[in-house]
Amino acid sequence: MNVVATKHTLLPAEPEWPHEGGFHILEHLSEPTHRNLEPVGPHYLAHARRKRHHRTFSEDDRIVAAQQAKNVEDADPGEISEPEDAMLLSRDPKDWKNQDHYAVLGISKYRWKATDEQIKRAHRKKVLKHHPDKKAAAGGVDDDNFFKCIQKAMEILTDPVKRRQYDSVDEFADVDPPSRKAKGNIYKLWNPVFDSESRFSKKKPVPRFGDDKSTKAEVEEFYNFWYNFDSWRTFEYLDEDVPDDNENRDQKRHVERKNKAARAKRKTEDTARLRKIVDDALAMDVRLQKFRKEEKLQKDAKKIAREAEEKRLAEEAKKKAEEDARRKEEEEAVLKASKADAKKAKEAAKNAAKKNKRVLRKGAEDANYFHADGAAPPDVISNVLADVELLITKLDNEELDVVAKKLAGLKVSDEIKSVLVDSIRGTVSKGSTAEGDFKVLLK
Amino acid sequence: MSDSEEPQQKTVIGIAFGNSNSSIAFTSLDGKAEVIANEEGDRQIPSVLSYVGDEEYHGAQAKSQLIRNPKNTIAYFRDFLGKSFADIDPTNAHSSAHPIQHETGVAFSVEEKTDAEPSTLTVSEVTTRHIKRLQESAADFLGKPIDGCVITVPTDFSEAQRKLLSEASKASGLEVLQIIHEPVASLLAYTAREETSHPVDKTVLVLDIGGTRTDAAVIASRGGMFTLLATQHDYELGGRQFDDALVDHFSKEFIKKHKTDPRENERSLAKLKLECEATKKTLSLSTSAQISIESLAGGFDFHSTVNRLRFDLLSKKLVDQIVGLVESVVNKAGMDLTDINEVILAGGTSHTPKIASRIQQLFPSNTAVQAPATNPNALNPSELSARGAAIQASLIAEFEAEDIEQSTHPAVTVTPHLPKPIGVAIHSPEGDEGKAEDKVYVFLDAETAVPARRTATFVGTQVGGDVLIRIVEAKRESVDVTPPKEVKEKTNGTDEDDDDDEEEEEERVIKRVTEVEKVIAEALLKDVKKGQKVEVMLNVAGDLTLTITARVIGGKGGIRGTVPGRAQ
Repeated sequence: MNVVATKHTLLPAEPEWPHEGGFHILEHLSEPTHRNLEPVGPHYLAHARRKRHHRTFSEDDRIVAAQQAKNVEDADPGEISEPEDAMLLSRDPKDWKNQDHYAVLGISKYRWKATDEQIKRAHRKKVLKHHPDKKAAAGGVDDDNFFKCIQKAMEILTDPVKRRQYDSVDEFADVDPPSRKAKGNIYKLWNPVFDSESRFSKKKPVPRFGDDKSTKAEVEEFYNFWYNFDSWRTFEYLDEDVPDDNENRDQKRHVERKNKAARAKRKTEDTARLRKIVDDALAMDVRLQKFRKEEKLQKDAKKIAREAEEKRLAEEAKKKAEEDARRKEEEEAVLKASKADAKKAKEAAKNAAKKNKRVLRKGAEDANYFHADGAAPPDVISNVLADVELLITKLDNEELDVVAKKLAGLKVSDEIKSVLVDSIRGTVSKGSTAEGDFKVLLK
Repeated sequence: MSDSEEPQQKTVIGIAFGNSNSSIAFTSLDGKAEVIANEEGDRQIPSVLSYVGDEEYHGAQAKSQLIRNPKNTIAYFRDFLGKSFADIDPTNAHSSAHPIQHETGVAFSVEEKTDAEPSTLTVSEVTTRHIKRLQESAADFLGKPIDGCVITVPTDFSEAQRKLLSEASKASGLEVLQIIHEPVASLLAYTAREETSHPVDKTVLVLDIGGTRTDAAVIASRGGMFTLLATQHDYELGGRQFDDALVDHFSKEFIKKHKTDPRENERSLAKLKLECEATKKTLSLSTSAQISIESLAGGFDFHSTVNRLRFDLLSKKLVDQIVGLVESVVNKAGMDLTDINEVILAGGTSHTPKIASRIQQLFPSNTAVQAPATNPNALNPSELSARGAAIQASLIAEFEAEDIEQSTHPAVTVTPHLPKPIGVAIHSPEGDEGKAEDKVYVFLDAETAVPARRTATFVGTQVGGDVLIRIVEAKRESVDVTPPKEVKEKTNGTDEDDDDDEEEEEERVIKRVTEVEKVIAEALLKDVKKGQKVEVMLNVAGDLTLTITARVIGGKGGIRGTVPGRAQ
């Protein structure tokens, strides 16, 4: 906390303090104004933290301090103290090949996951405890066997090549695969197996076995990866000791050849072993069946949907065809009806024209062929009739109708004649006849 | 195992997105903000995009296209973001692509490709492209992809504009962690430079003179927390007006020689403007500057020089306007010029020495004016916003988005502020009764956000005996202390800096002193020996409950009292 040192002097108290106790309240603080703080800067962030978590200044100071302290602790790479049993302490350093180097350093729970930092720290801790000089000083026997074990473990674990060789044959890190008949949660059974095998992978990261929520792609990728597993596992650690040069060269070569063959054999066995593990896992993997079922369901659903769609389409087509046929029929009926109507109208018109023609002829006859008195002579009759016939041929049906209507009821010969003459004039003015064509009516 | 790779350091940058220029900054491992230069070496990257053929130019290259290809060059688009066509002032974009109406917003129509129809680019789209280019420059410089940024905007940017800016940035592939105010970023850039982790309380005026506009803000900095008290904007006052003053000056000279006005031809005007901007920048550094333009107008070359004095005369009216803006913002905050403890000049135009010196004259001599002309240690005014943004970005880089959201929520930012200074009455030296001397040591100044806590030590008593700690609300008053100079100097023996402000105008000497306005509480500390120090801590809680803790350092006596808030 920041303390400002001022040179100011405080007020001297009155000789008589009129109030009880050492503190006396006169007034409250004035009402505050509410303003927006700018959400910027480290001090604001501290303010926001206090306000959001409802902390006072001192609480916040304490919590922040505690967090900082914890952060330091977290940086410590794990706990590295394991009890040392008597068996381990009495190991013969010459038998280092069979020794569990991780257990010697007290980090057997980490094994291949142990970081270099952890190994270093573990070694330091063990050295501090088991250094032969310390034991001698404490009055114990001069026994540096376990110390040698420690040094050997350190030598192997800090050399990347040697550590890989040891890790390759570290049986303690292996997790046995469940038998095919094993019952229970396959994820619990198989995940540890593959996690342990994944340490040999050259490729990182290694896909995990996963759980029942894994997607099809994930599961497929998993099996793909494990069937093409690229392993760095080697078996030099199990080699027989090669005799020194100066003994027997042939013997030496023989051992080397034997070692090489053994390594190759072990490697093949290991590949086969892993393959079997993956096969077993695949056989037990219920997810694949699930995916297949889902796929089938999906396919079926698609098929059903497709069939439904086809059916719908067929129905629609059928409906449409029916509709078309119906419409065609209707159209034909209408056409027929209209044809009949037209025929009827035509006939009616024809009849009307006939009638009208008759009216015209009858008109001429009624007017006594426009002869003054007595029976008209045959030549007059024939001339008038010829004119009327000519007029009839020159008039179309409507005009005929008009003329016939005008003639209807007329008995007086002059009136009839004037009607006929008017219509003749009409035809003449239209130019369909010439005045000369008519023999008598225009005279 | 993949978990261990998770808490990788995020790469975050600060972006000052300006109407004329933008800049980008990052915070180095030792916590110092540094402004990044783009591929062309510019730290001030013009906010200009230009389309020539099938190419997109950005920054200085695009800006030079204003001469030859103004129709396909988009400049000064920041302030159009999120505004309707009816609300924008297109003056600044006169000599570049003109803004057009597009649906509810503003857009530009440019020929992006050769032999293609002109395409319509909305302001958001232009912003996205601009930010993308800035992001690429930053990623190239830092050699790793950028995970997030903090962008600065003027204080009058609306909520909708902020949202659009955030979306535009997201569209360019850059997550916006926070959008902060330019003046506050500038202040943060200075505050972060101070070594102490407990910043002094002060009231700061940030004057941001940009390319096209000038913004002034009064900010209360209390315990490192900032509160905007007042802002004032002038949208027609900025570097461009200074450029125009030079343009007019040189045009007259050119007319005298060649009888042609270069301002009448658009291309000549664009050339002259660009060169005048460069000349203005030179004048900020040296007392005279040259200008030379080949084939300015009518085929005539133009060469001339101008000295700083001439420029100061030309721009006098503009500087007066700036001074007026400063006075109005201080008035708006309900303050006196003497209440301002520090003035920060930001924005490119603040390099101009005359502005800084006029501001310095306006304020009392002990008010620090942070500008290159008045303080050799001042930061580059053009870089302040970007630096502040970078600092803020580094502070919140590791926060979850939800954390930032919650921390910037109004429920957290809206805070009660003390209306009056709170302090402890102090003893004035003998014989100075009624004279211009502080009667109160201010713990918590007005506009301090509560909860707040301050601690100070005092000399208990000069003679020994009981000590009275009188907690008061104070007021500041101007006192005329003109007569004899010696007296004034004698009374100046305090180290309280913000209260013995003086202003010398002819003979008058005005002094601001703190007076007791209202006594809140009294506490008695018994038997304090002579020369013993007394530590007093005032803690005002969020509900205005005042807690006083006083103790004698190295002694046993101590007293604690609580004044409940009014609500209780």
